[in-house]
Amino acid sequence: MEKFTSHTGVGVPLRRSNVDTDQIIPAVYLKRVTRTGFEDALFARWRKQDDFVLNHEPYRNGSVLVAGADFGTGSSREHAVWALKDYGFAAVLSSRFADIFRGNSGKGGLVAAQLEQEDIELIWKILENQPGAEVTVDLEARTVTCDTLTVPFQIDDYTRWRLLEGLDDIGLTLQHEADITAFEAERPAFKPATLPART
Amino acid sequence: MGRTLAEKVWGDHVVKAGADGAPDLIYIDLHLVHEVTSPQAFEGLRLAGRPVRRPDLTIATEDHNTPTVDIDKPIADLTSRTQIETLRKNAEEFGIRLHSLGDAEQGIVHVVGPQLGLTQPGMTVVCGDSHTSTHGAFGAIAMGIGTSEVEHVLATQTLSLKPFRTMSITVNGELPQGSTSKDIILAIIAKIGTGGGQGYVLEYRGEAIEKLSMEARMTICNMSIEAGARAGLIAPDQTTFDYLRGRPHAPQGADWDAAVEYWKTLRTDDDAQFDAEVVLEAADIEPYVTWGTNPGQGLPLSGSVPDPESIGDENEKSAAQNALAYMGLTPGTPLRDIAVDTVFLGSCTNSRIEDLRGAAEVIRGRQKNPNIRMMVVPGSARVRLQAEAEGLDQVFKDFGAEWRFAGCSMCLGMNPDQLSEGERCASTSNRNFEGRQGKGGRTHLVSPLVAAATAVRGTLSSPADLD
Ligand code: SF4
Repeated sequence: MEKFTSHTGVGVPLRRSNVDTDQIIPAVYLKRVTRTGFEDALFARWRKQDDFVLNHEPYRNGSVLVAGADFGTGSSREHAVWALKDYGFAAVLSSRFADIFRGNSGKGGLVAAQLEQEDIELIWKILENQPGAEVTVDLEARTVTCDTLTVPFQIDDYTRWRLLEGLDDIGLTLQHEADITAFEAERPAFKPATLPART
Repeated sequence: MGRTLAEKVWGDHVVKAGADGAPDLIYIDLHLVHEVTSPQAFEGLRLAGRPVRRPDLTIATEDHNTPTVDIDKPIADLTSRTQIETLRKNAEEFGIRLHSLGDAEQGIVHVVGPQLGLTQPGMTVVCGDSHTSTHGAFGAIAMGIGTSEVEHVLATQTLSLKPFRTMSITVNGELPQGSTSKDIILAIIAKIGTGGGQGYVLEYRGEAIEKLSMEARMTICNMSIEAGARAGLIAPDQTTFDYLRGRPHAPQGADWDAAVEYWKTLRTDDDAQFDAEVVLEAADIEPYVTWGTNPGQGLPLSGSVPDPESIGDENEKSAAQNALAYMGLTPGTPLRDIAVDTVFLGSCTNSRIEDLRGAAEVIRGRQKNPNIRMMVVPGSARVRLQAEAEGLDQVFKDFGAEWRFAGCSMCLGMNPDQLSEGERCASTSNRNFEGRQGKGGRTHLVSPLVAAATAVRGTLSSPADLD
């Protein structure tokens, strides 16, 4: 996972609350066997509607999603995070995230920044009045900057640390690789191995 | 204070203890892989440039999507074919042993591991499949994991886990003639409910459990998940050792002796404390069947479809109402009068050789009810070969049943073996959820003996009804 310190990109105002994971990525896309390439699946149903924000320049190339409250509710699918990342989003801002989605974001390297709803409203206005305006998400300082506005956001210390360090779950465990190797050296000889195959 | 079996096995696998309620890092002895839950895990490794840490503790088989007829032809369903082909590519690329369709060791992952002797007492076993609990029958901590955990195990051979609470389930006395371990576990789930085991690892013990064969013990542990538990186990004993001796991956020579010495220590200490205890009398356990749409909605075969109005708890009442509507059943109907369309003998719950032998014994020399289709799907290619060597295939064919190739088949209907809308099935599998065996299909969970007797009479029946 790549380290995340600060990111600046075009902000996308998504004026909807309660965006559940089935809206983020409909269930039909879950049959795939890949982990990447879900960009076409992101908000697939909404993207068929002309007035959907991502169908318009310059939002099309956005990388900071500014969403309404209760983002990521519903099914626990990790694909929701993958789809957002694959499309090009580095961060999502909302005044409230569903717990599982927040957890999956941390694991997947997507910053889920929690802002006050009134700050979300201010950012929406800027992005709508100045389409293409950039938003900076500074994880180190825990601030979001858009135009002349700079506001704080919340993210728990642990998630922030692992994003700053670029550690996914596996990376975290591999910090204890010496312990694993030591444990392996002590495993009894009678424990079975699958290789070589015996019949 | 003494320790329970589960605590001993856990303790022997702690790579790094978690401080203040943080999870322990637990070493995994055996990782079983199949085509459905592994593709993204391998892809994750590839994206991060990580190898599989211990291919020698990993084994893969094709089971969920595989057809049970015409296995030499290309798989028609595109998603299924892609999943199988992806597994083959991944196994090749990462150096993992794979038993593909057509291979003598192919089969349902939970049938293959024990039969090769890879599942042994005191191990930690994981697989991206909830019925991994099956392997607990050997006194192993065995549990299902999600796809990101599959990737984690592939990369590190460990998992971060919080310790479970422990629950003992004691089954005293002797099982009546005609009742099986499937009836024990259906009775347990009916008693403690589908959430009763949540947060626990279950240890099954008592005289009735000790008398069971390894195959029968696997049936019980298999359905631990249906009681809400992530794992269930049984202390290893002479039955376990006898089952393992001589299997391809069982220890040999001095290793065998060392292993048995260790395995014998894997018992709950007399002064150990469980967090919860449940007791059942085996003598009360009749053949069980489910009438509803969760495995806890089961009753002895001598009973009748319950009346939801008589259920006090509001949630359970409405669950029963919904279940009866879906199942197309009327309260008060004797369970024995329920006519079924299909009998499915298979799945990781009941598709081992002993299950096939038991069912074959019931139908030998009898004729199938003409209104019924019966499908027999051995759990593995090995089981199929063994059954054929014993002539069981002929018994099933003479009876009028379809003799299929190994796989999960109608247990979950990912392949073409599915129920059609409204079709009613007596099934030896483990889940009677709505649509599990096909959209609109109606499932009654039963033992292999009840399945066989049902195929004779056409209505839910036990072998005793045939005399
Ligand atoms: S037989 Fe059924 S329960 Fe067992 S692994 Fe296959 S699908 Fe899962």
